[in-house]
Amino acid sequence: MSDDLVTTIGLEVHVELKTATKMFCGCPVGFGGEPNTRVCPVCLGHPGTLPTMNEKAIEYTTKIAMALGCEVAPRSIFHRKNYFYPDMPKNYQISQYDLPIGSHGILEVEVDGQRHKVGITRAHLEEDTGKSLHMGGGGRIHDADYSLEDFNRAGTPLVEIVSEPDITSPAVARAYVGELRSILEYLGVSDVRMEEGSMRVDANISVAPPGERGVKVEIKNMNSIRSVLRALQYEEKRQRKVLGAGGSLDQSTRHWDEKSGKTNPLRSKEEAFDYRYFPEPDLVPVEPGVEWLRQLKEELPVLPAERRRTYEDDLGLSAYDAQVLTATPGLGDLFETALNSATQADAKQIANWVTNNLAGLLAADGEATLDTVKPADLAGLVDMVAAGDLSTNQGQDVLAKMLNTGKDPKALVDEAGIKQVSDSSELESIIDSTIADNPEVAERIRAGDQKPFGFLMGQVMKATKGQGNPKVVTEILKKKLS
Amino acid sequence: MTKKLWEHAGHELAGLVASGNVSAVEVADSVLSRMEQAEPDVHAYLTPTAERARADARKVDQAKAAGEKLGPLAGVPMTLKDIICTKGVRTTAGSKMLESYVPPYSATVAERMAFAGLPLIGKTNLDEFAMGSSTENSAYGPTCNPWDLGRVPGGSSGGSAAAVAAGQAVVGLGTDTGGSIRQPAGLCGVVGLKPTYGLVSRFGLIAFASSLDQAGPITRDVRDAALVLQAIAGLDPMDSTSLPNPVPDYSARLEDGIDGLKIGVVKQISQEGVSQAVQTRFRGAVSILEKLGAQVGEVSLPTFDYGIDIYYLIAPSEASSNLARYEGVRFGLRIDAPDVLTMNSRTRAAGFGAEVKRRIMLGTYCLSAGYYDAYYLKAQRARTLIRQDFERAYNDFDLLVSPSAPTTAFAMGEKLQDPLTMYLSDICNVPTSLAGAAAMSVPCGVSAEDGMPVGIQFMAPALGEETMLKAAYAFEQELGFDAKPAIWSAS
Amino acid sequence: MGIDKKQVEHVAKLARLDLGEDEKELFGSQLSAILEHAQTVAALDTDGVTPTSHSVPLLNVMRPDVAREPLDQAEALANAPAVESGHFRVPRIMESE
Ligand SMILES: [Mg+2]
Ligand SMILES: [Zn+2]
Repeated sequence: MSDDLVTTIGLEVHVELKTATKMFCGCPVGFGGEPNTRVCPVCLGHPGTLPTMNEKAIEYTTKIAMALGCEVAPRSIFHRKNYFYPDMPKNYQISQYDLPIGSHGILEVEVDGQRHKVGITRAHLEEDTGKSLHMGGGGRIHDADYSLEDFNRAGTPLVEIVSEPDITSPAVARAYVGELRSILEYLGVSDVRMEEGSMRVDANISVAPPGERGVKVEIKNMNSIRSVLRALQYEEKRQRKVLGAGGSLDQSTRHWDEKSGKTNPLRSKEEAFDYRYFPEPDLVPVEPGVEWLRQLKEELPVLPAERRRTYEDDLGLSAYDAQVLTATPGLGDLFETALNSATQADAKQIANWVTNNLAGLLAADGEATLDTVKPADLAGLVDMVAAGDLSTNQGQDVLAKMLNTGKDPKALVDEAGIKQVSDSSELESIIDSTIADNPEVAERIRAGDQKPFGFLMGQVMKATKGQGNPKVVTEILKKKLS
Repeated sequence: MTKKLWEHAGHELAGLVASGNVSAVEVADSVLSRMEQAEPDVHAYLTPTAERARADARKVDQAKAAGEKLGPLAGVPMTLKDIICTKGVRTTAGSKMLESYVPPYSATVAERMAFAGLPLIGKTNLDEFAMGSSTENSAYGPTCNPWDLGRVPGGSSGGSAAAVAAGQAVVGLGTDTGGSIRQPAGLCGVVGLKPTYGLVSRFGLIAFASSLDQAGPITRDVRDAALVLQAIAGLDPMDSTSLPNPVPDYSARLEDGIDGLKIGVVKQISQEGVSQAVQTRFRGAVSILEKLGAQVGEVSLPTFDYGIDIYYLIAPSEASSNLARYEGVRFGLRIDAPDVLTMNSRTRAAGFGAEVKRRIMLGTYCLSAGYYDAYYLKAQRARTLIRQDFERAYNDFDLLVSPSAPTTAFAMGEKLQDPLTMYLSDICNVPTSLAGAAAMSVPCGVSAEDGMPVGIQFMAPALGEETMLKAAYAFEQELGFDAKPAIWSAS
Repeated sequence: MGIDKKQVEHVAKLARLDLGEDEKELFGSQLSAILEHAQTVAALDTDGVTPTSHSVPLLNVMRPDVAREPLDQAEALANAPAVESGHFRVPRIMESE
């Protein structure tokens, strides 16, 4: 019965901009460090202080709005959002209300071959809060004896991106967050590190029969794209179970617990929220004007979606490869430069080496980063494999060495004297002696039992010190044993 | 020289210091001793800064000795209303909440005054967070009107006005949100100028109502007002609402006279609600303006009658937000409690006085869900009507005039129990504040009834300070008002 | 424009003011009186009038993204009522029941 229930998800994503200074004062933006050392009278909310707008933050937010296909407001203003919280110095947050910088955008994602359009309600600019450290009670706010406030983060430019409730499944939600993160990384406006909180995702999820309005449940504390998926899957199941059992849900906020893999209800404040928004009198309106907007538009980079399209349509890459290559700007850049300098290898082969071998090695080894590999060297390596001078296995060894030493493949190949023997006369003598050394095995194969073929194959490769061209060896062996 | 140093106007003292007749330190000492003499009666000061004053004065003397050219106010002892932040010098805003608050930075106006060479004599009393019209709302006790110690000096800048009137400071800075410079200046018989919104930086002025607050001079004569305004006016990158317009030389045209200047007498705030004694003096002042060649006519600004009501919807709303930062976390008073909400609520209940609480309640209510449109937004629209009323008036007139206050200084406690009548004592001043325009109060004599000073208010369109000062100067010279409070000579 | 006790208490909570019973009484009646007086404004015809939220005709006042020297920790904490290991210390954030 719960099969005909529909899941509706809306996401609210907060992104810290990586400007040099805070939104409304000249304090440096940063992560970690000694508490209360990146603060000034302004971001501490001292009496008499006034905010001054960070031009770069306005530009970044406008670019985000553009990249999300939003209408960029010809006139936007800041409002004060009034509520008391000890991590908020002025006890009001300078935010945007009815005139955000961006509105009515769209973000398209693909999940197992299915395209989903997710509407963007708004993208607005505000200031981040400080951080509370909860002391006692295991560091949980509910059981803490008291808290400590660090305002280093207070005032960091924060863009809030609110989606329409267009998301129909946890998988689509994950894809949306992933795509959004790629776009922001391409724009170079944020570190988008969910673990460090420079990208924070809250979700509203409801389950209801088609056409009916479900009860919105808000999920907080999802600190990775994976936990977004897990939390929403858990919550979806939970709500379906309750409804399936004829129970009812109540509007609430739940906290995702990574360890237990469960969402737990947050004790809700009985106080009704009333933010008393009003236009911030200390700041004047922003009216970018066509010229400024045109300039910002020109500065927009090629975005992941467009890149994916060219990779698939023009270069004939698989959807998977295109996806992996465009997820972060770095991989795609490496791939494109390598492809340009390659002489033998084609796009598919280069892509393959980047997505499988290189990505694998990078994941395995923590030190090595993308920029340890010179695109030209990668191209050179894949060319050698394509030319048959190296086997795939040999190539992987060389690539590993390239990551550690930063040397180019030619040099490494010569040093280690690695080469692939494809010369059949040379191989034949080796094969003959191997057969001679294993007469009964050879007999069984001739008798039609193919099982030991692999063993014999291995013996030959061993004898060639792994440098025999597997294709050629197989051919000769087959011929001699038929 | 029979006149004691502290009795001189600022430009006179600066001249004496510049010419080497006296040292800045001598001037400072003279004013400091005068302060000791009058302070027990007047209670104008919350934090005297004698040592700072002498140190500042010494710097001026050293500059002079080094042959540097001194500014037109160098060595003139000043006071700052204690809502203007001064780095390293306690700044209370007249509130228990900030009793031990020492700012880590200085207001732009404080820095500019110091840069101009004015030694800081002390921080003066005010209604708590500038909310009041009598200085009785100070958490540190009221300031008395030097002309009659049983009466209020007006407010909220009553301490600065009283200090200048009693000779305890030569010039001072006040802040004006809805009359807080002009009304006390009028009630204390000194000159007070509220600049065009945006002409003077608000950075470092403890905010009351952000869209209205302005700092300005309180002085003994118009020339000093021009010189002080010169020192503090002009663009400040720390205040996004500060105007980039070039600042004229306000003293240059002071003596040009007002022959032919068109001056409108505002009907709405010159008659009903204004005491007979004040009206008499005001009419006398108007005839002087005519005598000086001004073309005087009556002008009606219908929306003026709504000024106070509009003001008391807008100012408290902004204040309720501006004062949210006082909750016992980062600075100021804290009353401890087991949880943050209770700590905040008890701290604010104990740290704020009745008037501040009243306005926070009023403002919170006006902004709260369901009332915003009816009150705050409606008032913002009405505010536009007032601006338009002014624009129409300035099509026909260069300046407008009215009394500075509806009555002379009232008795201590007289209006304390009834906020509404207290609010109405700003009836003459609020409209210009809402319009963001310039206005100033100049003494125009004393009341025949009670011998208390009466002021005339000159109003100018935005950035009309130059014309306004010129007219005020001409009027002042012609009137030659030289009456002084009794305690002036009681020494 | 009467404001009843419940409204006063709601507003007082929003404003974080721990008012005594007498204050609730007083402010309730005084706010009512002030807002009563302000009804004159309600009578004004403001249809199509744009609200004045800023007194200056300025636009796009921004600052370049260039860092300034922050306060050092001691200065930052100098006015704090309660401090612990470089932080501002506050009581528990969840209301104690
Ligand atoms: Mg937000
Ligand atoms: Zn800062």
